[in-house]
Amino acid sequence: MNTALSWIKAYVPELACTDQEYCDAMTLTGTKVEGYERKDKNLEKIVVGQIVSIEKHPDADKLIVCQVSIGSETIQIVTGAPNVKVGDKVPVVLDGGKVAGGHDGGPLPEEGIRIKAGKLRGIPSNGMMCSIEELGSDRNMYPEAPEMGIYIFPEDVEVGADAVELLGMHDTVFEYEITSNRVDCYSILGIAREAAATFRKPFVAPVVKATGNDEDVNDYISVEVKDTDLCPRYCARVCKNIKIGPSPKWMQRRLAASGIRPINNLVDITNYVMEEYGQPMHAFDLDTIAGKKIIVQRAKDGDEFQTLDGQIRRMDSDVLMICDAEKQIGIAGIMGGENSKITDEVKTVLFEAATFNGANIRKSAKRVGLRTDASGKFEKGLDPRNAEAAINRACQLIEELGCGEVVGGMVDVKVPLKELTVLPFEPEKYNQLLGTDVSKEEMLQIFERLEIGTIANSCGDICLEIPSFRQDLLGRADIAEEVARFYGYDKIPTTLPSGEATTGKLPHKLRIEKKARDIAEYCGFSQGMSYSFESPKVFDKLLIPADDVLRQTVTISNPLGEDFSIMRTLSLNGMLNSLATNYNRRNKNVKLYELGNIYLPKELPVTDYVDERMQFTLGFYGDGDFFTLKGVLEEFFDCVGMSAKKEYDPAAGKPFLHPGRQALVKYEGETIGFLGEVHPQVLDNYNIGTRAYVAVLDMPKVLPFTTFDRKYEGIAKFPAVSRDISMVVPKDILVGQIEHIIEQRGGKLLESCELFDIYEGSQIKEGFKSVAYSITFRAKDRTLEESDVAGAMKKILNGLEQLGIELRA
Amino acid sequence: MQAQGLFLIMAQVSVFRAGPRTLSANESLDLGIRVVPRIIRPLLCMQQGTFFVYSTRTPIIEMTRKEDTMKAKVDQIREQALAQIKDCDTIEKLNEIRVSILGKKGELTEVLKSMKDVAPEDRPKVGQWVNETRTEIETVLEEAKTRMEKAVREAKMRAEVIDVTLPAKKAEIGHRHPNTIALEEVERIFVGMGYEVVEGPEVEKDYYNFEALNIPADHPAKDEQDTFYINGDILLRTQTSGVQVHEMEKGKLPIRMIAPGRVFRADEVDATHSPSFHQIEGLVIDKNITFADLKGTLAEFAKEMFGEDTRVKFRPHHFPFTEPSAEMDVSCFKCGGKGCRFCKGEGWIEILGCGMVHPHVLEMSHIDPEEYTGFAFGVGLERIALLKYEIDDMRLLYENDIRFLKQF
Repeated sequence: MNTALSWIKAYVPELACTDQEYCDAMTLTGTKVEGYERKDKNLEKIVVGQIVSIEKHPDADKLIVCQVSIGSETIQIVTGAPNVKVGDKVPVVLDGGKVAGGHDGGPLPEEGIRIKAGKLRGIPSNGMMCSIEELGSDRNMYPEAPEMGIYIFPEDVEVGADAVELLGMHDTVFEYEITSNRVDCYSILGIAREAAATFRKPFVAPVVKATGNDEDVNDYISVEVKDTDLCPRYCARVCKNIKIGPSPKWMQRRLAASGIRPINNLVDITNYVMEEYGQPMHAFDLDTIAGKKIIVQRAKDGDEFQTLDGQIRRMDSDVLMICDAEKQIGIAGIMGGENSKITDEVKTVLFEAATFNGANIRKSAKRVGLRTDASGKFEKGLDPRNAEAAINRACQLIEELGCGEVVGGMVDVKVPLKELTVLPFEPEKYNQLLGTDVSKEEMLQIFERLEIGTIANSCGDICLEIPSFRQDLLGRADIAEEVARFYGYDKIPTTLPSGEATTGKLPHKLRIEKKARDIAEYCGFSQGMSYSFESPKVFDKLLIPADDVLRQTVTISNPLGEDFSIMRTLSLNGMLNSLATNYNRRNKNVKLYELGNIYLPKELPVTDYVDERMQFTLGFYGDGDFFTLKGVLEEFFDCVGMSAKKEYDPAAGKPFLHPGRQALVKYEGETIGFLGEVHPQVLDNYNIGTRAYVAVLDMPKVLPFTTFDRKYEGIAKFPAVSRDISMVVPKDILVGQIEHIIEQRGGKLLESCELFDIYEGSQIKEGFKSVAYSITFRAKDRTLEESDVAGAMKKILNGLEQLGIELRA
Repeated sequence: MQAQGLFLIMAQVSVFRAGPRTLSANESLDLGIRVVPRIIRPLLCMQQGTFFVYSTRTPIIEMTRKEDTMKAKVDQIREQALAQIKDCDTIEKLNEIRVSILGKKGELTEVLKSMKDVAPEDRPKVGQWVNETRTEIETVLEEAKTRMEKAVREAKMRAEVIDVTLPAKKAEIGHRHPNTIALEEVERIFVGMGYEVVEGPEVEKDYYNFEALNIPADHPAKDEQDTFYINGDILLRTQTSGVQVHEMEKGKLPIRMIAPGRVFRADEVDATHSPSFHQIEGLVIDKNITFADLKGTLAEFAKEMFGEDTRVKFRPHHFPFTEPSAEMDVSCFKCGGKGCRFCKGEGWIEILGCGMVHPHVLEMSHIDPEEYTGFAFGVGLERIALLKYEIDDMRLLYENDIRFLKQF
């Protein structure tokens, strides 16, 4: 919403403040000023001059030499402008003054353009005559300006007067952010009311006097509203003997400052009233309306209608139409029809000021694909009382501007108007909610400024009568906010909540996630973040089979595009994309991790919450291998109290991983994640030109095993006994199997076993590898005897032999 | 007394010899050098004292010839030893000297062995001389050894000088995402004030995202937020505010919670927009909670988050689920409020939206607004991260370029 301060001041005449003061004060009472711009920025020393004489420039065909009177003196100006003649009154910038832009109307330079006396082709020129573009505006806003050349004032202006003033440019345009609850502030009057309350100055509403001749509007038109749920009020008035012409300058200036192009008196009046009252109006050419009848009803599915912008639009039965006895003539609240539009030949005008159902207008505007200034206002839900006020204002302007003759009376079809809201006056409750100590009297003063009436109910208690334009004031909290706004948010004290103390805490899940971040970072991995939604093509890139359950996704019905259309069911795409980005940018040794959800549907189509599973995903390329990643996982397990044996099952069956370099991670029999080297085909698909490794832990599976409880188990007091064994092992036996045997058979005395050598090569026979373990035994309560260890070793060796393992000498 | 002292020395030495296993000559020597002065020195001192008293009472002339010879012999050994030690320049040579004089077959030991030739009444005196000499030699040997070891160590260190300006060997730890750094900071502050951190679903029901927050079906706010829908009832949450409702429905009061999380809006990706970003919701419900409490709490938060000198400004605003509502600005933490490019010259930066929980919202969650009141607030995490770390393009947060991440 943009408005000129001068228009606000028209209704708050005592308002006196700087632009910045206005901006700050309005913002602090809730009408946020987003910014403001002075219309006279960079316009300095510009006066009205009158051309006394014109001579040809002796040395230039396209230049003329003018003597220009500026009242106190006459100065010589050389110009190339084609449109001036002797006697014209024009804006003249004097030596040392400034203009806003160049004559070409391009972007305005920040500092403007300084004008100095000089010589043009040898002839002194002591100023410059200005075009409207040089004054920082254009013909859209000043339609009387010539297409090319110097702006020419009407004859009655005073020579030497302030030209900027005459153009209405000593003004500031403010841009507001109006919150959606304040429908009334989408109007000049609404903002003026707020300004008046903010600055504690009187608000002077426009005086709308009764208009109309002694004819009866009912002889001209009748109105029938068939769908009253969508149109609670429809007001219609008629003006005849319309004389189309330009609207007066003051109206043009105000519209221009609001960003609305002046067109002609009739259009300008409807726009002016829309800005002023926030009530959109529509004008029909009455002679195009069949049967002198307006019918308001829903369209039929599939109806086509040509709007006055020439477009043909398809309707459905939720769109409300304005019709005459034979045809549709407008889409209610959105745009009129080509078939009833006003032309310069119009004789009689039918004004419509109606109230439509806001939600319906919003939906219809979307459906029809046409959001207009009018629909933007209607969709917020307007005050039905405002329709009448606005239509009368328009008729008054028709009369005042000599635009036509107003027919007496108004057709008014409406459901009974809602009574004004009445709320109890509860000063203690307001103070209680705000934590303030505002006096009753001060509150009542605030209400008075806001036009909230005070009445006594049947018990004699004071009650608040809410004006109809404040549809947002419905309860105690709303009134408390009004008190707070005008008492001043800044004056409300700052305290801390009293009452029962609560324990601040991070739940276990989040503590474990924090630990995961810590460990990943200690191990050199940096945290990445990727989107939760991705393309369904991801599954092909990751070689996921067509019938895989991972392809059953939670799908967005209105995505930004196919690339963001499904909720991820595995976390690898984001990780691989991130690694690819880094690889393409030639970053070396990139290690990343992410903690983010995947989204698994519990059923399709989705009818309830989906299974959101936090995934701890690690990925890297560069220094390191499979076991680097395995090490990170184990560091994490250690730090979250998962001290039991982790199993790594190579039969992971992950299509996106190298078939010989992948494993499921199992803990106490439960699969909690996987890790592996990325499949070379997948690397190709992501344009990663080097080996990469990924690991994913499914945190909901991990969490039940995690704990921060620790117990000191003592430090061994008695010496350990170690035995080293060296074995020749068939190649396909995993060291995990060997360890499993050792652990299974080592008995209570077994403390640990540690792989210290593994070798395949020339000294070992084909199909075998050499593996060496150091096995340590210890008792907590005594020094072990040779015989204690011998028994355990025997069992272990027996077990190993059963796997086809030979002991080396 | 003297005899006892001597016995003690001998006894001590014999302990080394009678250890659990046979020590090599070198080892026993080492132990001798190290242990004798430390353990037995107090005893020796006592002996010396006694000896001093004794010797003044006994004229030297009374010594026998044998004594004289012995004395001369011991003195000679001492002079010779001291001279050798003085000339010695390596620890190895020093050990040789020790063995040759104090060792099992050393000269001084030989003197003791020849004690049988001394008259019994003179033996204590001779023993005393020998012990005294032995102690003296040992002390000088020890000093010389310490000196030489020190010299050796210093020479070694002189040879080990390094260029301390060579590059560091870093453990190459990873870096946390700026969003997370900002989030953990917010969590730390509110947990310290007694708030619990809770989570809610990202794929949410329309009811929790809108309706229970006073945004009914036809409310314009539903359009403003450009919601991603899964179907008519299920959507990607556009705000973390729904977690408020889940928390209130649990029926446990009072509530002090913050709920961080991912939210989604149908914004095209550009420097200032992302279809996925993070919010932190806050909610306090208790008896007698006031707007003043809201101001106080958030002012405290702002100081902790942006620095002790941070000022806050509350502006009236509108949210469907709070009334009264406000937006909070903080004085620009880059320029302190003077105006700079971060605050677009305004001196203030808009940080969060907040307000008193709307009575209708409380009612819908079965909390009696006549008894309980509360406040809620919502902070955009990316907004804080972008401002605080001067990140000029939101896309950087989701690209995961390691050169970006390493800066945090």
